[in-house]
Amino acid sequence: MRDVWITIGVLSAYTVAIKASGPLALGGRELPEQVSSITRLVAPALLASLVVYETFSAEGGGLAVDARLVGLAGAGGALALRLPMLPAVVAAAGATAGARAIGV
Amino acid sequence: MSETTDLRGGIRAGLPLVIPTCALGITFGVLAKPVMGAVAPIVMSVIVFSGAAQFAALSVLAAAGGAVPAIVAGLLLNARFLPMGFAVAPALVGRPLARAAQGQALVDASFAIASRGDGSFDRGILLGATIPQAAGWIGGTALGVLAGPVLGDPETLGLDGVFLAFYLALLVAEVGDRRALLAAGLGGLVTLALMPFAPPGVPVIAASLAALVGLRRRRS
Repeated sequence: MRDVWITIGVLSAYTVAIKASGPLALGGRELPEQVSSITRLVAPALLASLVVYETFSAEGGGLAVDARLVGLAGAGGALALRLPMLPAVVAAAGATAGARAIGV
Repeated sequence: MSETTDLRGGIRAGLPLVIPTCALGITFGVLAKPVMGAVAPIVMSVIVFSGAAQFAALSVLAAAGGAVPAIVAGLLLNARFLPMGFAVAPALVGRPLARAAQGQALVDASFAIASRGDGSFDRGILLGATIPQAAGWIGGTALGVLAGPVLGDPETLGLDGVFLAFYLALLVAEVGDRRALLAAGLGGLVTLALMPFAPPGVPVIAASLAALVGLRRRRS
């Protein structure tokens, strides 16, 4: 249990500090255009990375292909039909659970 | 400075995210209880308030990996808030302490929906949208801790698929032009290439370097 509380304490202090550092360093200044042409691409790069990471990450490191890929396809299908986030989330959970039920 | 939505508008913009965030919170609560007990997961969701880092730290603790690797996993995943903080900084107002406080509203989903797609951010949406998400995340964690034994195995329910759909939906909304598509494609590829050997979190931070394609196009 000590490990748990140390982890929580350190992570919370660090997260507060790192979220504050960008706003503190930059103040209220506008970014130079060269910099904003980079920062506007941080969100798409990061989100694509998180999708890949959450789909293929294996317990204890490395890659794994399993039912999550079916879930991702379910979400992709729902979004391709221009459905909003909630049905896409339900489709993903349903597809993941279904694939797992048949042993994927 | 361009106009910003008021806080109430921001809260409204964040409402559709409550259910996926709550489902994630439930998943975290269910998975964390056997490892951390009943109180620590809820405290963690309140004061760390970062799904990705919490799941990463939890998976290390669950494997009896110890505090230091658990902290490192969380630190690496949350390192993304540094470039994200620089990106939103021009939208924040007030004295340094006030801006640092507003920076605490930075979470993935609010960042994504507050992004106007031209490099600027809507402060009202950034701050407002985080409020319902905090409620969903903390409430969901508590629900997961309490209802875990009733719900059963979150993997059987496909709750981990919720995470994917959540990020994918945000990504689709974010990819508005070819450069954004290029950055997203590169980010995904970098992550996939690094995952087999890099420690947890590193592939995600390295992927944010894909945003540098913003520079390349400007010069050519």
